[in-house]
Amino acid sequence: MSEFFSMGGYGFYIWSSFGMTLLVLVCEVIWLSRRHKALLQRLQRMARLDSGAGS
Amino acid sequence: MLTVLQCMLTRELILAIRRMSDVLTTLIFFVIVVSLFPLGIGADMDTLRTIAPGIVWVAALLASMLALGRLFNEDFADGTLEQLILTPQPLALLVLSKVVAHWLVTGVPLVLIAPLLGLQYDLPAHALWILVLSLLVGTPVLSLIGAIGAALTLGLRGGGVLISLLVLPLYVPVLIFGAGVVDAGISGLDTQAHFWLLSAFLVVALVLSPPATAAALRISIE
Amino acid sequence: MAINWFKYSSPASFYPVVDRTIPWFMGSAVLLAIIGLYLSFFTTPDVLQDQKQYYRIIFIHVPAAWMSMWLYLVMAGWAVIGLIFNTRLSFMMATALAPTGAIFTLLALWTGSFWGRTSWGTWWDWDPRLTFELILLFLFIGYMALHTAIDDPRRADRAAALLALVGVFCVPIIYYSVQCPDPNSLNCRALHQTSSLRSIESSILTSMMVMTLAYWMYSFAAVFIRLRSIMLEREKGSDWVNELLGRMK
Repeated sequence: MSEFFSMGGYGFYIWSSFGMTLLVLVCEVIWLSRRHKALLQRLQRMARLDSGAGS
Repeated sequence: MLTVLQCMLTRELILAIRRMSDVLTTLIFFVIVVSLFPLGIGADMDTLRTIAPGIVWVAALLASMLALGRLFNEDFADGTLEQLILTPQPLALLVLSKVVAHWLVTGVPLVLIAPLLGLQYDLPAHALWILVLSLLVGTPVLSLIGAIGAALTLGLRGGGVLISLLVLPLYVPVLIFGAGVVDAGISGLDTQAHFWLLSAFLVVALVLSPPATAAALRISIE
Repeated sequence: MAINWFKYSSPASFYPVVDRTIPWFMGSAVLLAIIGLYLSFFTTPDVLQDQKQYYRIIFIHVPAAWMSMWLYLVMAGWAVIGLIFNTRLSFMMATALAPTGAIFTLLALWTGSFWGRTSWGTWWDWDPRLTFELILLFLFIGYMALHTAIDDPRRADRAAALLALVGVFCVPIIYYSVQCPDPNSLNCRALHQTSSLRSIESSILTSMMVMTLAYWMYSFAAVFIRLRSIMLEREKGSDWVNELLGRMK
């Protein structure tokens, strides 16, 4: 197992690359999803205000 | 078609002469940047000789980019640009003549003063000649490419920084081969291939840039 | 079978498609990534002498580079379609693609840097492929910067689209800069010189392909999530958006 992690001494390079990739891609999706949820909430609030003001 | 070119060119040159300060700013910036480097790097002539092509070329790039502001902004501000777009003359042609005039006024002075600056870096005579030629072929390409960026960012706030972001990446191939040919000349290698490539850039830019710039102007003005 | 291409060209009709397919793309991306990573680490041989494991980086480096080029081409494609047909949705697609494209370019450069450090001894080199990949990154960023800087959405769309088109020359340079005709001439002193798909062993090729597919599915998911937000933001106040919000309560 530890041999797997050290990767013949190149562990730092390999795990930095794989790690960064995973981190960036996961963060992108999470950030985008959060942004979408926030946008939906904001739009719904605006729609409620509009319909409230209109009626 | 030639009368249109002639007409625009004359107009641009007369306007440029009336605003000599703009023209001189570009030139002085170029000279100052090139002269600053030996002060910062130290006066070891061997080092300077090696880095000279790159420095002169980068300075030319930056000066060229700074000058892009005067290409369309004044005409945009007073409404002339809109009128130019509305004329029945092909916009690409008008753009080409504007860019040519711009180059004559901001690019050619750089080319002419380059040998003096090359001497500061102790470049050998044949290298000076190659430097001048490379700038002669390269600076029009810079003006042509820059015109696209200038047209896209017309009237935007933060225009200067934005234009650098857009235009500098596109300048890179010209820089690589422009500085490369002088490097080759200094080391005595064959420079023909580089010059052919630079000329090819010029031809492609002459053909593709005016229509692209015209399209960009139309998009920016509407 | 006549496909009505323009049926989905309105944001209103395309939104549900986008919304529903996101989980599928994300799911397949994760699945393919797991398979790809397993293949990369456990079924591919220890190719280089001395069991140099660092070569495993290519399993995330090459697919990322391919994606960066592909996404730029797709973005430019939507830009052209938008400019020709004047469809808002095409421009929204292009705008949604840019950030993901930039991220893959960044990843290609990052992983490539680690790869270079281990196999050639240098974190960076100015060979054509690396240089133009960097320029590609600046082109993506330039697209996003230009689009953000212009207030009028129509002008922003079209100006950024034109920029994307102008930058297309980069992609063939990156792609072909490895197939150098004369490795001894001045312009071909490239570190990437010897990589060629044909000569790669099949198990390595399979892993790379699986990872590429994983990245591609991921791109769909990420771009669609972004596109969803862009569509709602741009079309807010319109009937279909109000209807959608009403249905969500």
